[in-house]
Amino acid sequence: MRRVTTFAQIIRTCEEENWKLADYFLYQEMDWRQREGEDSSPEAILEKMEINLQVMESAAKEGIGGVQSYSGLTGYDATRLNAYRSEKAPLGKSIYLDAIVNAIAINEVNASMGLICATPTAGSCGVVPGILLAAREHLKLTRRQQLDFLITSGGCGLMIGNLASISGAEGGCQAEIGSASGMAAAALAEAAGGTPQASTNALAIALKGLLGLVCDPVASLVEVPCIKRNATGVVNAIASAEMALAGMQSRIPTDEVISAMHSVGQLMPSALRETALGGLALTPTARRYTRELKQTGKITWKERKGPLPSI
Amino acid sequence: MAKFHSIFDIIGPVMIGPSSSHTAGAVRIGLASRAIFGETPENVQITFFGSFAHTYKGHGTDLALIGGLLGLSTANPDIRYAYDLAKETGMKVKIVTSQEKMKHPNTAEVRMTKGSRTVSVTGISTGGGSIDLVEIDGFNVHVHNDNPVILIFHMDRPGVIASVTRVIGQHRLNISQMEVSRKTKGKLALMLIATDGEIPDATLEEIAAVKHIVQIIDLSEIRREPNGTKALMAKGAAQ
Repeated sequence: MRRVTTFAQIIRTCEEENWKLADYFLYQEMDWRQREGEDSSPEAILEKMEINLQVMESAAKEGIGGVQSYSGLTGYDATRLNAYRSEKAPLGKSIYLDAIVNAIAINEVNASMGLICATPTAGSCGVVPGILLAAREHLKLTRRQQLDFLITSGGCGLMIGNLASISGAEGGCQAEIGSASGMAAAALAEAAGGTPQASTNALAIALKGLLGLVCDPVASLVEVPCIKRNATGVVNAIASAEMALAGMQSRIPTDEVISAMHSVGQLMPSALRETALGGLALTPTARRYTRELKQTGKITWKERKGPLPSI
Repeated sequence: MAKFHSIFDIIGPVMIGPSSSHTAGAVRIGLASRAIFGETPENVQITFFGSFAHTYKGHGTDLALIGGLLGLSTANPDIRYAYDLAKETGMKVKIVTSQEKMKHPNTAEVRMTKGSRTVSVTGISTGGGSIDLVEIDGFNVHVHNDNPVILIFHMDRPGVIASVTRVIGQHRLNISQMEVSRKTKGKLALMLIATDGEIPDATLEEIAAVKHIVQIIDLSEIRREPNGTKALMAKGAAQ
């Protein structure tokens, strides 16, 4: 298989061969594994992805059940959201809310030293599975379609990682939550019946929405604002997929958006790239958390087990 | 050049949170230290430097490193209970933080003791769960977990290096990186050999038979992703 480096080429190949993005990225993976001398059968790849999917499922379940971070700073928000969803949800039940519950749950599990699948990183591990686990209910996806969702996400992530970055230390949070959101948007658009063209438009729209997002972790922990930003990535992805499915097009081509993301990352000062030397990490409260963590190893956040607010 | 090749570089690895550099990387430093020591130590002193020193508590870097020392993989949820497991296993742990400036912010030194035997290992977590070892028992080294690596402790005598590389060459294995260091002329020296493919056990035995070889440590398994670390865990449990 010809190795390509742009989404424009991938779309052309998919249109010529009548492939989905998931087909393209599966064949690309088979090709790579064959060259590496590994088992390159589709079954081997799907089986490996199935393990990742099972880890995502169990992390969502564990998070909704209620977990707290090792530092004590975060936890139980997925439980809170889940109760809100089943008891109140005044804004209506939707794929958005379902996906947010999962995304927060999975990223809380990450902060609690639980088992997760990085997608593409640990700090952004709630976005892709958060949407997948919600979309499979709303779209009635088969198991194979769920694995295809992950293959499309992974393939798009490979493109972003190779043309820009998926590391907060290199490109800020746009490279982590932004990339995750773009990956999920493309996969969601495809799962809902979108063409490769629509999927890559969803990817571009999602990346543009979070372009410039900085990485400013409070007390250097992967908790604040990371966990809630997984929800940001989710809603941005779903909105982008909806726009792309409606036929809206990114006025800047996907490949150019990714290049722009790369250059924004390079222009970003290092204080806003995971060093905790800027942004939220330097607020007075964040400084207090940092001191407390250094002195006692824990951060006290009194309201973490509080009752649900009355509406 | 492309940095990532497989979709599983993006969807994966399966790991214990919250941070690939502060958790998964620390587990790997622990696993590497354990492999070098060859058994569960009775006493361990872990010194954290830089970012590790500031944030190890919040990231569970201490639990991760202790978990690795006990042979737990980067995907083992029992890492949360590493202190309890260490107690059950009879491994005493002391955590120290240092303000000393190191070249890399995520540096940990592990000093392992059993009886009269002490071995120290210094590792750095370079991101994404990857590690480098920069010191082993006083020898400066550069071990990266991407390639299969073996460590050979040997007496500093003429011809030893040539004999070892001859054995490796005879088995059609290509050496991608090699380092030799010694502390005192004519005394114990350390040879570090990275190869493109893993060195089979039979070849290792042949190298062990070379005159003046003291000990061989195979670090190949440290580099494997969690799905492949089951074998390592089983091996660790058997020791």
